[in-house]
Amino acid sequence: MNSTTGQTVEIRWHGRGGQGAKTACLLLAEAAFFAGKYVQGFPEYGPERMGAPITAYNRISDDKLTVHSNIYTPDHVVVVDETLLHTVDVLHGLKEGGILIINSKHSQDKIREMLGGYQGKLCIVDAERISTETLGKNFPNTPMLAAVVKASGVLDEEQFTRDMRQSFEHKFRSKPEVIEGNMNALKKTLEEVHVE
Amino acid sequence: MSGNEAVATAMRQINPDVCGAFPITPSTEIPEYFSQFMANGLVDTQFVPVESEHSAMSVCIGASAAGARAVTATSSCGLAYMWELLYVAASSRLPITMAVSNRALTGPISIGNDHSDAMGARDSGWIQIYAEDNQEVYDNFIQAILIGEATRLPVMVCQDGFITSHGVSNIELIEDEKVKEFVGEYEPEAWLLNGEEPLAVGPYGTAPYYMEVKRAQAQAMKEAGSAILEVAEKFEAMTGRHYGFIEEYRMEDAETAVVVIGSSAGTAKACVDQLREEGRKVGLVKIRVFRPFPARELVKALSRVKAVAVMDKAESFNGCSGPLFAEVRSAMYDMEDRPLAVDYIYGLGGRDVTVDHFRQVFAALDEDVTAGKTDEVYRYICVRDRDEQPVR
Repeated sequence: MNSTTGQTVEIRWHGRGGQGAKTACLLLAEAAFFAGKYVQGFPEYGPERMGAPITAYNRISDDKLTVHSNIYTPDHVVVVDETLLHTVDVLHGLKEGGILIINSKHSQDKIREMLGGYQGKLCIVDAERISTETLGKNFPNTPMLAAVVKASGVLDEEQFTRDMRQSFEHKFRSKPEVIEGNMNALKKTLEEVHVE
Repeated sequence: MSGNEAVATAMRQINPDVCGAFPITPSTEIPEYFSQFMANGLVDTQFVPVESEHSAMSVCIGASAAGARAVTATSSCGLAYMWELLYVAASSRLPITMAVSNRALTGPISIGNDHSDAMGARDSGWIQIYAEDNQEVYDNFIQAILIGEATRLPVMVCQDGFITSHGVSNIELIEDEKVKEFVGEYEPEAWLLNGEEPLAVGPYGTAPYYMEVKRAQAQAMKEAGSAILEVAEKFEAMTGRHYGFIEEYRMEDAETAVVVIGSSAGTAKACVDQLREEGRKVGLVKIRVFRPFPARELVKALSRVKAVAVMDKAESFNGCSGPLFAEVRSAMYDMEDRPLAVDYIYGLGGRDVTVDHFRQVFAALDEDVTAGKTDEVYRYICVRDRDEQPVR
């Protein structure tokens, strides 16, 4: 075992520099914090360039978190950019019964094929379509965040929705027009996505 | 909140007179957040954006000598570039408080965490306090203001770059008013702008005087311990959070132990918990204050163990060990019943350190105890041999 024991949920994010995987990871930490959890959200830093693969991590627990290492056997893996499937072994160390949450327009069969015949749990979220429909632009963060909450069950959905409204109201004080859009993206994702 | 934001928040609450700073990864966010606070009118600090770390420390020295409360933040090569001035600040007995987000020194270039920057500065005359997490670096920074002013020594408040500086986690902040009251107003004993009592700062130290200045500095460091504990006591009265020179974790009946500094102490604690559940008598000693070196406290904490592994997140290139091992082993020399002691170099340049790695360390200690001796004491965690491929 590489990390914590007990009821800690560990999540690994894969994205590309500039796409917001790190931001989504920190948002999840914030949402879990609002829910009264102990949280960690941290990116793995390297020589970062826009578009280069990046990894970020969350630990969420009811107990104090002291481990400060990366996560090697995640409970769930989130892939913000499906083109990473060609270059990064996103399934590496994913626990038995863990969920792969992926931003994609593809069908379940296609993604399983792209993952070399992956048989485990899968949650597909078309974050581009959802954010375009609700926000008018491709901002995948809010749908990805909502998909992780829905798929993992790590937070209570109703409380999460309430907390995120507050968070958006705080964050977008200077541009209130995007608050409803983000809330709609969040709700739409919670309604739409499911684990296959 | 991240460790960097925590430090910047502490700075806002302290509202120092002067902050001279130059950005360098991974401490850059500290002056970034702080200058936002300034732009928003939350502090009335004189913020001096300089062209180098050499100048950042010079600004702090000038301000502190003039009688101001001065703070800064840096990392890695930035700290290295301050080198000359670190000694000037310490020998001039200026209580500057500096946040260091620890990062490897260049060669090869790395932005990853290790302790080579601050360990290199260990003999510069600064008090050094290290943090395991964002809560501790926040608490330490607030305490450092008073520790520096009580001892008239500058204080380095260290945290692990990226690991805690950029990692967000839960934190308990103290109310602004309480911090303000805790740090109070700085009243220097002597200061340059005091026209009543003219004063020279940083003059030439001729041979008849130089050594006495150094002796006085050494004495100040020897006596700094009592100020550190007094401030910790006052801090505990305000927050309920206890701080000392070291933290003993499950040491009560420990037969083997690790000595560790910084964020990896948290990872090692999880390992200790696991092994304790398996019935193994293991413990951990975390060093919070490295300067002054807590020799007496360490010896007491390690008096009953059979073997100890000292964890060094920096090389010393002395051919024998890392810097922490040299001091811990030296502290143990006069013990009647010394434990076996080994050194592990780990986590250089951001190399990740896991619970499993600490399991390996404890397993090796068991072997040493069984054998009744150690073979090579200068060891490494997770370093590849020539033909091994990097782990992706």
